[in-house]
Parts: sequence; C-alpha cells; structure tokens
Amino acid sequence: MDMNIAGIRLDVTEDGYLTDVSQWNKEIAIEIAKAEGIELTDRHWEVLYWLQEQVKNEVALSIRGIKKSGVLNIKEFYALFPGGPLKVSTKIAGVPKPKSCI
Amino acid sequence: MGKTKVKKMLFILSKATIENVYAAFVMANGARMEGIESEIFFTFFGLEAIQKKKLEHLHVATVGNPAMHMPTMLGGLPGVEALATKMMKKEMEKLDMPPVGEFLEILSDSGCKLWGCKLAIDMFHLNKEDLIDELDGILTIGDFYSRADEDGTHLLFI
Repeated sequence: MDMNIAGIRLDVTEDGYLTDVSQWNKEIAIEIAKAEGIELTDRHWEVLYWLQEQVKNEVALSIRGIKKSGVLNIKEFYALFPGGPLKVSTKIAGVPKPKSCI
Repeated sequence: MGKTKVKKMLFILSKATIENVYAAFVMANGARMEGIESEIFFTFFGLEAIQKKKLEHLHVATVGNPAMHMPTMLGGLPGVEALATKMMKKEMEKLDMPPVGEFLEILSDSGCKLWGCKLAIDMFHLNKEDLIDELDGILTIGDFYSRADEDGTHLLFI
C-alpha cells in the first residue's frame, strides 16, 4: 500500500506501518504521531530511538520488556502513547508492528 | 486506537487454575495493549490469584481435564499436578509470559482495574492485608455491574 506522509510517497502495511525502515525520518514520525493525536516531546524521541535500537538488535518488543527495560516504566509508556502504546509507538518509530500478546 | 467497537472488557475470574488465571490476564492485558479499557473482578477461587501468600502457587488442573490426555486416576496421584504445573510454567517462561505476581503488576501499571468480590472475601474470611497491594478495591457484584457504564462494554465470566 502507498501513503503520502510529509510529502513523500511511502510503502506501508494495511495498518499504516512502514515496510522499509530506511524511509523513516523525523518529519515522517511527526506526521504519523499527529495522525495518532500525539505531539512529540524530547521524551517521546528518546523512547522512539530506543525502540528502533531494540528492533535493530532483534529484541522482540513486549509490555513485559518495557517493564524490564530500565528506560521507562509501563505507566509512562501508556501516558506517552495513549490508546495502545506498543502499537502506536512502533508505528511512529517506523519499525514493524510487534507480534507480542503480552 | 484500532477499529474495534469493543471499548471496555470486564472479566469475572472465579477459578484459580493456571490456565484460567492466565486466560483472564492475557485477555485483560491484551485489551489494554489495544487501547481498550479492562477490569478484573476476582471472586470465589479466583481470589487465590490475588492472595499474597497463594498467587505464586497456583496449579494446572490434571483431574477432570480431558485435554491433559491423562487418565483421571493418574492425574490424582501425589506429585502429578505439581509436575504438570512445573512443565507448563517452563513452557510459559519460554514464551516470556510473566509469573502471576509480575503479571498483576503489569496489569495494574497498564491501567487495568483489579477488584475483589466482597461476598467471597467475607466467605473466605480474608482481610485486606491478605490481598495484593495493587488491588483497586473491594466491590459488590452490583458495584461491578455499574462499571459497565458505556457502549461497547463486554462482560466475560471465566
């Protein structure tokens, strides 16, 4: 599926996740976040870069993993990315949708 | 948020076998992960899952459970239930499923409300101190029903 984000034509999945991480940039992240009703703060960026790092290191993302991360706790995660933080944050970070049930 | 019309999931957990407790926990946590509100009402044997001294000692049912593919007589022998439980916990750990205590912390931190049933708590002579600190309160079933206060709310008995 094609989508126009920040004036660029991008390949995305049916759910709106980038299929090619290399297409990701800050402008795109800001636009996706806006569509999710989120204004990105410095703290959001820290978490987004950390998520990208995790995916690069092939760590499976999960809520339990957030609890163990030492980077942020679950409460903050839900506060930063309301309405399903794992799904929303990964979409903004341009990484694949996590398959975790927990 | 997803496209689901489900806005709130209310679970009533009345059993304390591992398979039932995890079913409730995974669904309640899964709801939160999808941006759906969730709450669990612990009643009768489900209260074992929120008793500090008992929650890490729940068992899988080996008797009266045809899916164990084990003769009922064998399932009742000493140690069989403990062994089956140990094996199941090992498999769950492989899938990164948290132990009961940690799962309750995750649920609470995720905004899932945890309620104790007043009638069952009185019946089992339990005190507030016996129950986990994350508990949001003790309710009557009427109180719990009144929490089904918006469209798209579903109630599930486990």
